[in-house]
Amino acid sequence: MTKDSQGILWEVFIQSKPGQPHRHCGSVHAHDKEMALQNARDVYTRRNEGTNIWVVRSEYMVSSSPEDIGPFFEPANDKIYRHPTFYSVPEGVTHM
Amino acid sequence: MNQNEAHFNYILRLADTNLVLGHRLSEWSGHGPYLEEDIAMTNIALDMIGQANSLLQHAAKLEGKGRTEDDLAYMRNEREFYNTLLSEQKNIDFAFTIVRQFLSDAFDFHLYKKLESSKDETLAALAVKGGKEVAYHLRHTAAWMERLGDGTEESHARLQTAWNELWAYTADLFAMNASDRELVKTGIAVDNETIKSAWLKTVEEVMKKAHLAMPANTWQHSGSREGKHTEHLGFLLAEMQYLHRTYPQAQW
Repeated sequence: MTKDSQGILWEVFIQSKPGQPHRHCGSVHAHDKEMALQNARDVYTRRNEGTNIWVVRSEYMVSSSPEDIGPFFEPANDKIYRHPTFYSVPEGVTHM
Repeated sequence: MNQNEAHFNYILRLADTNLVLGHRLSEWSGHGPYLEEDIAMTNIALDMIGQANSLLQHAAKLEGKGRTEDDLAYMRNEREFYNTLLSEQKNIDFAFTIVRQFLSDAFDFHLYKKLESSKDETLAALAVKGGKEVAYHLRHTAAWMERLGDGTEESHARLQTAWNELWAYTADLFAMNASDRELVKTGIAVDNETIKSAWLKTVEEVMKKAHLAMPANTWQHSGSREGKHTEHLGFLLAEMQYLHRTYPQAQW
């Protein structure tokens, strides 16, 4: 593989409105923190998508791997009692 | 020049600088050093052309001769343009582009703050809106000044070369004619002398971070306030105006 000359890779998380969680929306290249923040702003918030941005170096992200699917996630498949579906949600509550 | 003509002419000065510098930046579109910066420069170019559009609409209305913003942008010749000499200078390389943009952004940043209280309400509203865009442009270019100036030996050398060349166009940013001074009295125009020290402070702070030295040659170009330009503007207008002049009715 040829060396990437575009700088360090950063993951970008955008918060669409105050109070909402930041959502992963992609990545950018940049050589430093300020550049990463500005590039994320220029690439991902051009159409009014955000009120706040997080950027984090991709190398600092820790991820589970596809082989983990069995032991990590499948045991939850048959634990229906963990879902709060037996409660009624008050009217007007939009984000649960 | 009566008061209304002076007012029209003052708005043209602001509009033309945005239009010409926006066009210069747009020449980078698809040629940026890497994808993200390509998008960043195109964003800034679009902001500036958007500001030019609003200002030219305002100018056309003030003139009241039925011309539109397109007529003003595409049907005037070189000597009828009042953009700053700095704005028309060529891209040369990324360092030249950043120095040109930084010096101009720093000027606009302080100018727009003052224009917010102009007696011309349309202009004041445009300055509030445009000021937010300019604040971001300045943050972007100031960061690049520091990065290039404090970067490698080559990036520093290129930045200093660009600085030495372009510094000679900075006095022209502040140029005012007699009718501008009349407009200052009526509260429409800003006296550029009043923003000089704030501009210089912004510039010197960034110079320090970028380890830049003032050029030994302090000679300054002038003339843009009277419509006298460097050779580069004619070529820029030829490219920018070609389509509209060839197909005047073209719609897209």
